[in-house]
Amino acid sequence: MFRWWPLPAVVLLAALPALLTPYTSDLVVQVFVLAVFALSLELLVGMTGLVSLGHAAFYGIGAYVAMLASPAAGAGNLLTLLGASVGAAALYALFVGAFSLRTRGVYFIMVTLAFSQMAYFVFHDTGLAGGSDGLFLGKAPTLGPLDTADRRQFYFLALAALAGTYALLTLLRRSRFGHALAGIRVNEQRMRAAGFATTLYKLAAFVIAGALAGLAGCLLALKDGAVNPELLSWHESGAVLLMIILGGVGHLRGAVIGALAFVLLKELYSTPAVVGEFLAGHWPLTLGLTIIAFVAMLPRGLIGLFERRPR
Amino acid sequence: MSALLACFGLTRRFGGLTAVGDVDLTLEPGQLHAVIGTNGAGKSTLVNLLGGELAASGGRIELAGADITAWPQPRRARAGIGRSYQRTTIFPSFSVFENCRLAAQAAHPRPWAFWESAAGCRVSGPVARDALADAGLEAEAGRSAGTLSHGGQRQLEIAMCLATKPRVLLLDEPLAGMGAEETDRMLQLLERLKPAHAILLVEHDMDAVFRVADRVTVMVNGSIIASGTPAAIRTDPAVQFAYLGAEP
Repeated sequence: MFRWWPLPAVVLLAALPALLTPYTSDLVVQVFVLAVFALSLELLVGMTGLVSLGHAAFYGIGAYVAMLASPAAGAGNLLTLLGASVGAAALYALFVGAFSLRTRGVYFIMVTLAFSQMAYFVFHDTGLAGGSDGLFLGKAPTLGPLDTADRRQFYFLALAALAGTYALLTLLRRSRFGHALAGIRVNEQRMRAAGFATTLYKLAAFVIAGALAGLAGCLLALKDGAVNPELLSWHESGAVLLMIILGGVGHLRGAVIGALAFVLLKELYSTPAVVGEFLAGHWPLTLGLTIIAFVAMLPRGLIGLFERRPR
Repeated sequence: MSALLACFGLTRRFGGLTAVGDVDLTLEPGQLHAVIGTNGAGKSTLVNLLGGELAASGGRIELAGADITAWPQPRRARAGIGRSYQRTTIFPSFSVFENCRLAAQAAHPRPWAFWESAAGCRVSGPVARDALADAGLEAEAGRSAGTLSHGGQRQLEIAMCLATKPRVLLLDEPLAGMGAEETDRMLQLLERLKPAHAILLVEHDMDAVFRVADRVTVMVNGSIIASGTPAAIRTDPAVQFAYLGAEP
């Protein structure tokens, strides 16, 4: 019964806009987008055991490509933009994965970080895409009757993306591919001895994770109507890693809960009306302290609060 | 006399150290070939070379006549070389059944079929059940593998090996750390596996080796100093001097 909780959750979230103000609706959409991003990293960290500190590169590339692929005049086609974002992010993930998966552990962390910083500096320091100012979206893309400029419609698009990502990863987890990834996470040596070409499996996971991060990036670009190089920076890579740790690594719902908690905490701590002028100006400090407290008290993440029996 | 797995002049150097030097060895179906030797004689390195975990510095390895020297480990495994490790190498957090099922999945991977459930796989499931039955572990199928006794985990490792349907078994000290009763059970298992497999057994327990081996090879400092029937090895003066200790 517990397994089916995402279904009522989606129904509930689909009914939610009736109750939301534009501000809270925007916040929920932000959670949706970051949850897709966090889920994409959960595929690497939680399911495959690959801790990447460069995941924002694919997110940022997805966001930038959505902008770059938009026509200068008139509205772009939503499917084209999504395809371009996801495809470009997957392609860069293929490139990064082919090199970084030769390394392990802390070296893998460093190599993924290096590749993401490389992408960051390409966008930040060259005139390729607006330099440090980034890019702005002319007109929001459409698809038939669907117009992403409409906040309500965009809400459902983001919700559908989250539900689709969640469903895809749920299927992957129970498939042979997912079980092989779990085997690689626990004991790669044994998997190779059994006859699995583990590097190819890890590369496939890396590319799928990159593609989904690209999807999240595309949605973010359409939501904000603007992108800047900070999306690719290691701060973003660190933030998404924090989300899944906060929620609980090893569970898909942990990634979603982590994204929700992260957005809410950040919103709370940066609102002067709640925490005062001084603290609101220094929200990364209070957010950091809170996360340290959470990790110390809930080593298995927020998901540990709901779990009845330890694994 | 047809060799299933054979190596010729197999050599592995680590910097200036020759861990395995110019080794010739053949494994035949239905035969248990034991490799003995002191610590650091290069036995585990030899297993790693044959299994493909390590690349050879020189020499050639053949599986059923095909040159597999350059094949990576997963490809050799799929071609029928199964192995167990000196240190138990299982998936402790998975169930005993899933340990075997996952090993069996290597022969039927279908990684693109993301909509198909692994637990419901109709190919790997029965193979895993058979392998567990062969290794005498069917009663433990539902248990978490990490909770098995040491001997049970070693048995599971053999079962995982069997689940890949190997023709060759490379067993690196499967008796290490086992009690007398567990050793007995493992030797019986090896006897049962012998008719259908070519087995390479690296082992320290001399009594066990002489009980089950059809052929014994003795390694010292990376080289073979003697190879023959257990009876011949027992009386070989070079072996007595180098390995069993020079006694009058």
